Amino acid sequence: MLASPTVRVTLIVTVVGILCAFLGDLAITTVNPWQDLKDLFLGVVTPDFFSIDQVGVALLRTVAFAFVGVALGSLAGFLLSLVFGSRVIRIGCAFVRAIHELFWALIFLQFFGFHPLTGVLAIAIPYAGIFAKVYSEILEENDPTPERVLPEGTGRLARFLYARIPDALPHLVTYTSYRLECGLRSSAILGFVGLPTLGFYLESSFSQGYYSEVGAILILFYVLIATLRHWARPRLIPAYLVAAPFFLGDGLPIVWGNVSRFFTQDIVPAPIRDGDGLGALGDWLTQLLLNEALPGIWNTLLLTQIALVCTGLVTLIAFPLISRHFGNRVSRGGGHVLLVIARSTPEYMLAYILLQLWGPSMLPAVVALALHNGGIIGHLIGRRSNEIQLRPDAPSGFNRYSYELIPRVYPPFLAFLFYRWEIIMRETAILGILGIHTLGFYVDSAIQEIRFDRAILLILVTALLNIAIDVTSRRVRRYLRLQTRVTCEGH
Amino acid sequence: MLKTFRRAFVLSLILVMPAFADTFVFTAIPDADETRLKERFQSVADYLDSKLDVDVRYIPVKSYAAAVSAFRNNQVQLAWFGGLSGVRARALVPGSEAIAQGKEDQAFETYFIAHDSTGLKPSDDFPMDIKGNTFTFGSKGSTSGRLMPEYHIREAFNAAPEEVFERVGFSGNHSRTIRLVEAGTYQVGAVNFKVWEKEVASGDVNTDDVQVIWKTPTYPDYQWTIRGDADQRFGDGFTDRVRQALLSMSDPALLEKFPRSAFVPASNADYEPIRNTAEKIGIID
Repeated sequence: MLASPTVRVTLIVTVVGILCAFLGDLAITTVNPWQDLKDLFLGVVTPDFFSIDQVGVALLRTVAFAFVGVALGSLAGFLLSLVFGSRVIRIGCAFVRAIHELFWALIFLQFFGFHPLTGVLAIAIPYAGIFAKVYSEILEENDPTPERVLPEGTGRLARFLYARIPDALPHLVTYTSYRLECGLRSSAILGFVGLPTLGFYLESSFSQGYYSEVGAILILFYVLIATLRHWARPRLIPAYLVAAPFFLGDGLPIVWGNVSRFFTQDIVPAPIRDGDGLGALGDWLTQLLLNEALPGIWNTLLLTQIALVCTGLVTLIAFPLISRHFGNRVSRGGGHVLLVIARSTPEYMLAYILLQLWGPSMLPAVVALALHNGGIIGHLIGRRSNEIQLRPDAPSGFNRYSYELIPRVYPPFLAFLFYRWEIIMRETAILGILGIHTLGFYVDSAIQEIRFDRAILLILVTALLNIAIDVTSRRVRRYLRLQTRVTCEGH
Repeated sequence: MLKTFRRAFVLSLILVMPAFADTFVFTAIPDADETRLKERFQSVADYLDSKLDVDVRYIPVKSYAAAVSAFRNNQVQLAWFGGLSGVRARALVPGSEAIAQGKEDQAFETYFIAHDSTGLKPSDDFPMDIKGNTFTFGSKGSTSGRLMPEYHIREAFNAAPEEVFERVGFSGNHSRTIRLVEAGTYQVGAVNFKVWEKEVASGDVNTDDVQVIWKTPTYPDYQWTIRGDADQRFGDGFTDRVRQALLSMSDPALLEKFPRSAFVPASNADYEPIRNTAEKIGIID
């Protein structure tokens, strides 16, 4: 049994995860964690929609930033996907998507300030990198037959438009609309760093313990996501896109001198800026790597590995909730609601909430990452399990689960899990902004100290670590001979 | 479809154009309850608007650093800074000056507060037995919530806070520090004494669960800082008019927003002690 690559990889990942759990800090430190949880629950059932006068505007801004950001990202991503064969483009795209939207926002805030462009680019840039990759995969997987039947001498453009696009279009549209949902989450989260979206008010209200306001914002957010397919109809999209730029708000004017100052002074390492020579630069680098980058990387990896194993566990528990092989119509309905809530709540928001309730340790982050990602993969695996036909005399209950279904869904389960490895790591790093000592903590500290040279270097370290995980994950998937269909909301 | 995208793109580019050429914009560090920032400072904006002959706008920010960056980037021209954020901002914007401070800011204090379950009692000397507890600062960029308490902790234990305490956190602002220590999420915390007094007076703190155990020696704190190019942009003597408007603010309802009893003149030199302390603990270069 140990000879099976699947078993071996599962064992290694699990053992590493357990070791990390021993090394990590997983304590609940609040004296009375359930009191706050009860208050939060009471707040959600007694939402106060009227105390925040700005909340309607915030909702509008959240949608507007998502639309403009995702539209620009998808346009740029589409163009890039056409030249995705180029190594430079591929590496460039991997790099921009390895940096989280919040990091992009923190960077743009330093020179565009409170201008709508900050939020729009923070979404558009990483999304362009993701779109480029996925669009090119979709175009590649196209059925080649239509191209073969075209007459000799057909132009490249005509070939592309008539033989490639029609086949790929449904997949492109499906994926883009999925990203729009992600865009709404990203847009809401950008409020945490000061953009005028829902996160801005959620953070303020939560930190004061105004749970009825928190409840109102959360409910609005869930309704927005849950009704997405009803209000974002394909035919209405062009109208939304034309309108969206007008609803971004006016912010404050950009001062262009700030942009050049940022690139020519702010991010130049302090010893070079002050002309202290290469020796000083060496010291500066060593100090930064030893005191901030290394502890940050260590904690980021610990948390990532614990969260990866827990995500797997949550998935394996969650997918039967919506699988037609278990329960009844009512229980599956409930399961769907649970999974929708789990995957619609951005992990950043969830981690923020749990941190307030349980106190500062890795535990809130692990639970947030596991619930969100487990909700996503659980949904995909549940749907996959519905395609499985069991024999009429198949066992029921736990035997059905462990002997009939698990062996059949295990390969796609692992594929999705490893596919999300890199995403979990990117989120883990960003959760540092909330106070867990992952890389994001040190990035945020550097920004709070107006030391952008350090912040940029630490963001680069984060991006490289993310790319390394991405490469490792692809190797593992190849070793296991796993295929994921890209159109399956993997990202 | 492509046409639509292009239109959206062009429209978003149009939005890049400056819209508020000669509005005088100010901000304030988000040191307490952030849900009330707008209502807290909008009345101050209205007051300044009536005293100065330009449009005055207040813009809320999410962090101390964002306030400093906005000031540095000339997106705001005036700011209500803390001691440390003001020092940072003035170092980044040559010519900028501190023009007024709260009466209380000449001798500001940080209170160390502790949860009842720790058994810590108020004392006049630095409470050495806080060692080994969990501890929260306020914002990473705060004077009263980070700089001064960290300085005194380092002086007392000759070690970094991370080595002294079992766990160290940054709550984000002073009201949150009070809430976290009150709930026992952290056992000990450092808080701006004005925010503490205001919250106790308004009955928002359960003083059975959390109490003050030590008060730091006094230091200079909050101040209004204006950019050096304000006169050039808004007319000669503008800086003086702003200073005058601030110093003559006498409406208790307005002063209550800060909360201060009055504003008095200030200068950059008043904040030298803060700069020295920040250099000592290594959070500015």
